[in-house]
Amino acid sequence: MTTTVQELARNPVQPVTDAPMKRHQGYRRRERIYQWLFLVPAVAYLALFFGYPVVKNVLMSFQDYSTSTFYTGEAPWVGFANYATVISSSLFSTAMINTALFTAGSIAGQFILGLGLAVFFKRRFPLNGILRSLLLLPWLLPLIVSSAVWRWILDKDGGALNNFLESLGIISTGIPWLTSTSLALAAVMAVNIWIGIPFNVTVLYGGLQDIPDELYEAASLDGATGWKAFRHVTWPMLRPVVSVVLVLGVVYTLKVLDIILGLTNGGPANSTQTIATQSYALSFQNFKFGEGAAMGNILVLISLVFAVLYLRANRRAVDE
Amino acid sequence: MTIKTTFDAGTRHVRRSTGGAANDSRRWGTTALAILFLAVMLFPVYWMINASLQPNGATLQTSWLPLSPDFTGYATAISQQGGNLMTSLVVALGSVLFSLAIAAPAAYALAYFKVRGAGIVLFAILISQMIPGIVVANALYTAYNDLGLLNSIPGLILADSSHGIPFAILIMRAFMNNLPASVIEAAKVDGAGHLRAFWSIVLPLSRNALITSGLFTFLFTWSDFLFALTLTTTDQVRPVTLGIFQYMGAYVNDWSSVMATAVLASIPAIILLIAAQKYVAAGTTGGAVK
Repeated sequence: MTTTVQELARNPVQPVTDAPMKRHQGYRRRERIYQWLFLVPAVAYLALFFGYPVVKNVLMSFQDYSTSTFYTGEAPWVGFANYATVISSSLFSTAMINTALFTAGSIAGQFILGLGLAVFFKRRFPLNGILRSLLLLPWLLPLIVSSAVWRWILDKDGGALNNFLESLGIISTGIPWLTSTSLALAAVMAVNIWIGIPFNVTVLYGGLQDIPDELYEAASLDGATGWKAFRHVTWPMLRPVVSVVLVLGVVYTLKVLDIILGLTNGGPANSTQTIATQSYALSFQNFKFGEGAAMGNILVLISLVFAVLYLRANRRAVDE
Repeated sequence: MTIKTTFDAGTRHVRRSTGGAANDSRRWGTTALAILFLAVMLFPVYWMINASLQPNGATLQTSWLPLSPDFTGYATAISQQGGNLMTSLVVALGSVLFSLAIAAPAAYALAYFKVRGAGIVLFAILISQMIPGIVVANALYTAYNDLGLLNSIPGLILADSSHGIPFAILIMRAFMNNLPASVIEAAKVDGAGHLRAFWSIVLPLSRNALITSGLFTFLFTWSDFLFALTLTTTDQVRPVTLGIFQYMGAYVNDWSSVMATAVLASIPAIILLIAAQKYVAAGTTGGAVK
C-alpha cells in the first residue's frame, strides 16, 4: 500500500483497506453507488412527472373525482362507471371519428408534402441549405402563435384567404372555414399539416442523404432513373425512416391539443372535438376529473397500440 | 435528427461540378422554385408581421403590404402582455437551468457508465414522449392543488421541464458518446473523481451540446400552452401563450394587438433558427481531440 495522503485526497473514491479482495468489492460497490448518483435526479424527475401522472390517472379514472373532492378530500371508488359514462356519451363516437380523421388526414398530408419537398431539396442548387433551414420556422413557432395567425388568415370576414379568393373572383361571399361544422375539421387538419411539414422534410431528407450515390449510379446503368429510381432504390432504402416518421407522427398527432383549442376550441358544435380535447374539457371545463382521466387513459391506450406496432415493425426490420 | 441533416448539408455540397452556364441557370431555376415553395410555407409568418403593423381597430380589409406601418398594436401588446412575456421569460430560463442540471449528469452516466438499468432509463425516456400532455396535466393539477403549486412560477418551471428534460438527455448523451473515452480515462489516471471528470472535463467539452439542449429547452418551455392553461387559474402567473389564447376569446376586434403579441412570442424561435444552426453545426464538427 503506497497510497499517499495526497493521492487519497485527490481521489476519494479509492478506499484503502488491507485485504485486496475486499478492497476491490468495496470499491466496486462504491463506484456503482457513485455512478447511480448521476442518474438519480433524472430518474426521480421522470418518475414524478411521467410515472406518477400515469399511475394517478389510472387511479382517478376509477374514482368519482370532482370539484367536491378538492374540499372534502374524498373520492369514492366507482369502478368502471367513469369509462361507462364517457363511452356511452354521444360525444364519444364523434370524438373518436374526429381523432381518426384528424390523425389520418394530418399524417397523410404531412408525409406526402414532406416527402415531395425532401426529394426536391435533394437536388443541388444555390441557397439550398439556407432555404431548407428557413423551412423549419413553422415547426419552431409556439403552436398557439400559429393557431392565432391561422385563425386570422381563415377568418370569415377579414381573413386573408377569403380576401384572396374574393379578389380572384372565385367566391363572392366569405367561406366560414373555422365556423362551419362541415369545414372546421378540414381547416384544422390543414393547419396541422402546415405545422408538420418541416419535421417530415427534415427527417426524410436525412434519410435520403444516407442512401449511397453508388446505388443510383448502378440503377441508372440499368436504365432506372427518375420515377423508376425512386420506386426501386429510394423507396426501399427509405422504408425504415418512413416507418419512424409515420409512427412518431401518429403519436404526436393523437395528442394535439394546442392547435385545436386555439383555432376552434373544439367547436363549432363539437365538430373538431377529439379524444384529447374531450379529455381536457371533461377535466378542466366540467371539473369531472375522473371522467377526464378515463378519456385520457383511452388516449394512452390508443398511443400504446401504435407504440407496439412500431416496436414490432422495428424488430421485423431487424430480423429481415 | 436536425443535427444530422445540418451536418450533411455541410459536407455533401462539395461535389464535382459537371455543367457549364446552361446547368448553372437551370440550378438557379430550381432555386427560384424553392423560393416559391418557401414563400407559400412562410406566408403565415409574413402575414403575422404584416397584420401586426396594421392600424388598430375593426378594419375589415388588411392591406397586403404594411406600407404605412402602425405600431399601436405593439404598444397595446406590450402594455397588456408585457408582464406575461416576462413571466414566460422567467419560467423558460428557470426551466433551462433546471433541465440542464438534471439532464447533464444523467447523460454523462448513460454515455459512460455501464450502469445496470441504463437501458430501462433510456426506454422510459422514449416512452415518456408518447404520454399525452393532458394526462400529465390532469394528474398534476390535483397534486399541485394539494401542494400549493398552482399559480406559481416554480410549479410551472417543474411541469414545463417535462418538455425539455427527456430531449436534453438524449441530445447530450449522443454528443457525449462521441467524446473520445480516452479523455475521461486520462482524467481518471490523473486522479480526478467522477465529479471532477464530469465538471471540469466533460461539461466544458460538451459546451455545444449544452447550448443546443438549452436553446431547445427554452423554446419548448416558452411555447408551452397546456400547463399554462391547466396549472394556472388566476391572472397572477400567466405565460404569454395563455395571454394570446385569452386575447382570442370568442370574438376578436383588435387583430393587430394579437398579431403583435404573436410576433413578440415568436422572437425566441427566430433567434433559435439563426443561432442554433451555428451551434448545431459546431456541435458535430468541433470535437474534443482534433
